[in-house]
Amino acid sequence: MALVTIDNVDMRYGGPTGTLAVSGLNLRIERGEFVAVVGPSGCGKSTLMKLTTGLHIPQAGTVIVADQEVTKPVSIVGMAFQNPTMLPWRTTLENILLPLEIVERHRHRLRAHKAEYVAKAEALLETVGLKGFGDKFPWQLSGGMQQRANLCRALIHEPELLMLDEPFGALDAFTREELWCVIRDLHASQDVTIVLVTHDLRESVFLADKVVVMSARPGRVISEHMVPFERPRQLEILYEPAFNDMVQRLHGEIATARAAA
Amino acid sequence: MSNIETVTPQVALPQREPFRINWIRLAPLLYTIGLFVIWEIGVRISGLPHTILPTPSRIFEAIVQYWSPIWKNSLQTLYTTVLGFIIAVVAGLGIGLFIGWSKTIYAGLYPIMIGFNAIPKVALVPILVIWFGIGTVPAVLTAFLISFFPIVVNVATGLATIEPETEDVLRALGAKKLDIMLKVGIPRSMPYFFGSLKVAITLAFVGSVVSETVASNNGLGNMMASAQSNFNVPLVFAGLLMLAVEGIAMYALMAWLEKRMTGWAHRSTMSN
Ligand SMILES: Nc1ncnc2c1ncn2[C@@H]1O[C@H](COP(=O)(O)OP(=O)(O)OP(=O)(O)O)[C@@H](O)[C@H]1O
Ligand SMILES: [Mg+2]
Repeated sequence: MALVTIDNVDMRYGGPTGTLAVSGLNLRIERGEFVAVVGPSGCGKSTLMKLTTGLHIPQAGTVIVADQEVTKPVSIVGMAFQNPTMLPWRTTLENILLPLEIVERHRHRLRAHKAEYVAKAEALLETVGLKGFGDKFPWQLSGGMQQRANLCRALIHEPELLMLDEPFGALDAFTREELWCVIRDLHASQDVTIVLVTHDLRESVFLADKVVVMSARPGRVISEHMVPFERPRQLEILYEPAFNDMVQRLHGEIATARAAA
Repeated sequence: MSNIETVTPQVALPQREPFRINWIRLAPLLYTIGLFVIWEIGVRISGLPHTILPTPSRIFEAIVQYWSPIWKNSLQTLYTTVLGFIIAVVAGLGIGLFIGWSKTIYAGLYPIMIGFNAIPKVALVPILVIWFGIGTVPAVLTAFLISFFPIVVNVATGLATIEPETEDVLRALGAKKLDIMLKVGIPRSMPYFFGSLKVAITLAFVGSVVSETVASNNGLGNMMASAQSNFNVPLVFAGLLMLAVEGIAMYALMAWLEKRMTGWAHRSTMSN
């Protein structure tokens, strides 16, 4: 049984006459899979994320996550958006520990096992190259650093499903590639399912097992591409002809989807 | 208002060059002295009688002469004001959180609050007198009624403007409404809350003095009203001066509190 099954879903914002964001959306995500979602701007990618996490309930169709129909927010996910949304009155470390104060499984253990959790948060900070920045406030960090901390926050409670909505959009090329590797290693070392929304087609091909292309609004899935490259993938793959061919094909598809709108 | 703000005590100003006079720090004092000097000279040259506009020196004389009643009434006014203000803080925080809690409550109560705020509070004093008699109680209640509105509005605004993404991140973790309020809403509305205290304390003085003037045998409002009926104009001005001093002191206290409690809000907006 797939971890996520989206079956013929319609989602309209703002009542019966509002914007139809997605229509006839079908998608299956297997456990442990890394799925990248690409498509024209405004096609409903963020909406897809919100439907999967139960932040929005569709008007038609069903969303099933972990064998249960989604009728309220599901609590097995970690989310990170393009905008880091760090709380400015908390230090970076306290921000990262925030999910533990919420998630049912951890909140009762937090006080007694504080040191253990702090150690874990610090280990995560080290993975993303933020060692020693835990006691800084978010506004003392650069945008890229905040985004890395944001990633740590999405991971601290070991979610089964990690939803990343353009998390690297605002970063420079080098930082972005560095974080690609962080995510790649995370996916390789842990039993986590990842859905990544992105505008960067190279990012999607480099990271994902499956790239899902969406049509212009109202969004639906127009094609799915399995990525044939062996894992573990190194950054050098970005310069191989086969890689670039695939990126180019995706690019062509999205351009057509945009023109069709 | 704006020159009162500069009176705010600058708690931790680094003194790098001890031999240079810090004109910015001295400015409030110099300007105040300047105002009094111009006033003194102006009145003397124009020859206005002190029953119309007394000179500052005449007012200080009155303060010394009537120190005992002035002191007693100043304390009374400070007491009614602060008491009303404290009730306003507690009630304002409570109602603000309640209103900010849900969109429905916000929509339903907001117009009522606006309507209530539009009523001149001085018009309520007679009603309060019917209910509680004259004296301390109506003064406290008027101070409360006039000062709690800005607190409510600010707290509710702080809650109502939580970034949707932040809320989504938490809800996706299974956060209940209460979690979101405790972890995000309340800390987030604190800068709004502490900011509103400066406005509220100033209004509280207006409320208590208005009420004392029409319905009390105590307080600076009453003292000024009776001094006025005795044509003791310097004493009226002495009362005004005491009110100004109390107002500045409380305002400075609130500004200091704001800085202490929500320093992150100032620094984080500065860095963005
Ligand atoms: N809260 C909302 N209220 C009303 N309409 C919305 C809302 N959120 C999204 N929409 C509409 O739904 C459509 C899909 O939005 P969505 O945010 O899912 O797009 P997206 O694919 O994530 O776009 P982008 O790539 O630019 O982030 C858009 O046309 C948008 O106008
Ligand atoms: Mg989006």
